[in-house]
Amino acid sequence: MDLGETAVKAKAFSYFRAATIDQALDAHARAGDDARFIAGGQSLVPALSLRLQAPRLLIDITHIGELRGVRREGDALRIGALTRHCEMLSEPLIAEFAPLLHAAAPFVAHPAIRNRGTFGGSVALADPASEFPAMTLALDAEIEIAGLSGRRRVKADDFFIDLFETALEPGELITAVYVPLFRADQRFAFDELARRRGDYALVGCGMLATCTGERIDDIRISFFSVGNTPTRVKGVEATLIGARLDAERIAAAQGALEGDLAPPEGDEVPPSMRLHLARVLLGRLLGRLGEGA
Amino acid sequence: MSGFDDSLLNEADETVRVRFVVNGRKVACEVAPRDTLVDCLRDKLELTGTHAGCEMGACGACLVQLDGRAVHSCLIFAVQADGGRIDTIEGLSESGLLADLQAEFHRRNALQCGFCTPGMLINAHELLSQTAQPSREDIRDALSGNYCRCTGYEAIVDAIDAVAKAHGENGGAT
Ligand SMILES: Cc1cc2nc3c(=O)[nH]c(=O)nc-3n(C[C@H](O)[C@H](O)[C@H](O)COP(=O)(O)OP(=O)(O)OC[C@H]3O[C@@H](n4cnc5c(N)ncnc54)[C@H](O)[C@@H]3O)c2cc1C
Ligand code: FES
Ligand code: FES
Repeated sequence: MDLGETAVKAKAFSYFRAATIDQALDAHARAGDDARFIAGGQSLVPALSLRLQAPRLLIDITHIGELRGVRREGDALRIGALTRHCEMLSEPLIAEFAPLLHAAAPFVAHPAIRNRGTFGGSVALADPASEFPAMTLALDAEIEIAGLSGRRRVKADDFFIDLFETALEPGELITAVYVPLFRADQRFAFDELARRRGDYALVGCGMLATCTGERIDDIRISFFSVGNTPTRVKGVEATLIGARLDAERIAAAQGALEGDLAPPEGDEVPPSMRLHLARVLLGRLLGRLGEGA
Repeated sequence: MSGFDDSLLNEADETVRVRFVVNGRKVACEVAPRDTLVDCLRDKLELTGTHAGCEMGACGACLVQLDGRAVHSCLIFAVQADGGRIDTIEGLSESGLLADLQAEFHRRNALQCGFCTPGMLINAHELLSQTAQPSREDIRDALSGNYCRCTGYEAIVDAIDAVAKAHGENGGAT
């Protein structure tokens, strides 16, 4: 039967449930890298059903204990790759030590998708419209990667390369993401503009600032749905360091945004509109940050 | 000790045996790895209360509970759910909360063709199990991934709101 363009049934594949990271890596290599890891499947299953992808082998990583769990390790929070989106809302360690992720989580898809989708899957996919990949940039997180040649850690700043392209090599697995623990001298803010709750954002933004009293010592601001990758706006950040957040300073930061963002042409949303929405959102979030939000 | 057998690669469309507990009953069936859970439930187990709409996660008609949480059965291959506990609309109808929701949907005309109803009920059930007093905003939020082509949603929100309030007054008892 030719299902043509309307196909909603995946092509045939073999399925392997890996019990350990080594098993998963080994299976991927033995399939000649014509394989996909499946975590929550909330992006991969539709891609297979629509036959946008048709690997020979599906490697289920959800039974690998080492990829699970959230815990403190020194001055970082280790968030296992299999941490589900819904756990970002329910896990007390996230609320306390990575509140920016906790704040972003309700905006990720719908409740039932959050019950399955995983943090590692979201970061690995690197959808430029996704909340969590962008937040790893604002948080200065590190992504831990396992491959046949061993483990390495990549800074979020170096992880997102281009549209759906990351520092992951074929057959490599994200094991965990390390996020510096949130501190008392820090403030954060998150919001997005979407047509409906649960839809992908027209523009979204999250930020994390380190302050002395009202003065900003350091700030990281990351946008999503503005281009091919989640995007830090370093020009804007530079206008804010050492400053207090008054109306004038916020306007200056909004003015600097144009130098940092270049939304693509040819989208259903014109670049000028996206830029405008990004300015509005930036102003709102800096206002909240100034109020100590 | 790789656990991976290369011959598996040549058996892409061979069926494998999976076991679940579906609506409290142990079942086993043969599925191809590419069969989704919704196809398995409807075609193999003849539980057609779970509906298949878009089959890509957009409409919410296929919601079931897997190990107690609402999930899209079109976004899971049956092999992934092997060993799991699955509750469909057929099984959940026995429970007090779901029966109350059904009665209220009926009373308020919160369904017309009924295609979206099983998914709406599974999501509403999860919302009310987790949030004692949801606002109408919370209800709309919880249903943001469920499409209804008939009712215009208002009656659905009304019905869930009414059940939430009734349960609130009874001290949350089901
Ligand atoms: C209707 C709908 C709406 C959605 N809305 C949103 C939204 O608003 N915002 C948002 O952010 N997302 C949204 N999503 C996507 C959802 O958040 C996915 O869960 C997420 O993008 C991927 O996570 P997953 O665990 O499901 O990954 P999977 O679908 O299992 O995998 C995705 C990709 O990542 C790879 N992968 C998975 N885990 C790893 C790992 N540990 N290491 C290496 N590679 C890995 C897979 O091989 C695959 O290529 C939506 C999805 C649907 C169906
Ligand atoms: S059939 Fe599963 S969401 Fe539409
Ligand atoms: S009642 Fe027909 S789709 Fe909702």
